[in-house]
Amino acid sequence: MNVPWAADDEPQTQPVVMNDDVVRVRQFARGLSQRCKLSLVDQTKFITAASELARNTLVYGGGGSCTAGLVRGRGRLGVAAVFEDFGPGIPDIELAMTDGWTSGGGLGLGLSGARRLVDEFALDTEAGRGTKVTVIKWAR
Amino acid sequence: MSERVPVLRIGDVLLVSIQVDLDDQTVLNLQEDLAQQIVDQGARGVVIDITAVEIVDSFVGRMLATIAAISRMLDAETVVVGMRPAVAITLVELGLSLGGVRTALNLEKGLALLRRSGRSERT
Repeated sequence: MNVPWAADDEPQTQPVVMNDDVVRVRQFARGLSQRCKLSLVDQTKFITAASELARNTLVYGGGGSCTAGLVRGRGRLGVAAVFEDFGPGIPDIELAMTDGWTSGGGLGLGLSGARRLVDEFALDTEAGRGTKVTVIKWAR
Repeated sequence: MSERVPVLRIGDVLLVSIQVDLDDQTVLNLQEDLAQQIVDQGARGVVIDITAVEIVDSFVGRMLATIAAISRMLDAETVVVGMRPAVAITLVELGLSLGGVRTALNLEKGLALLRRSGRSERT
């Protein structure tokens, strides 16, 4: 997915390599979704999705980064986050997107759940090449 | 760095009020602390107050369900109180409905629920 970053607002990149970073990504996502004036429910959904994806990056991707910022499209403001790792990648995307399926010890709700919480979701991965997940939530 | 969430005792009920943004290790510590305290204090009920919690993701959601299951095995009942509406909406959409977890709207109702089920005598 080509992310339509807002021209006047540089996206910021954060490392996701330890437990604390997941908390920092949540706080970062909270700040952005407030600036974007998402409704309280949409803020909660976006922050929760970011938390799930940050944990995936850490646990399954072996660490990586999160780049997040405001986006603009069709006259609307939104917030986007891109999670990138150089871990083992996901060999079977369809399986990984299934509710309840997990390759680790989780609940298997990370990817599938995060997708339901946002407006746009793109998964770019290849076995052995890492994983990139992009999510966008638009202000209503 | 993971912190520890304090566990308070009121009568035979343990009370945990989550006031910080929890990292995963803190969540796991809390699970262990609670199990230990239930046994040490002979608690019959556990109240987890999440009034201040802005988001519950699948990890924290699973923690709530796990604590409820562990305390049941140790003869205590768990009530989660104070869930924000936005958190409830998000959890259900995420796919977690916390089926095995009892909830109450606030601390007072949570304690009343434990009293009614005979889990707490004097709180």
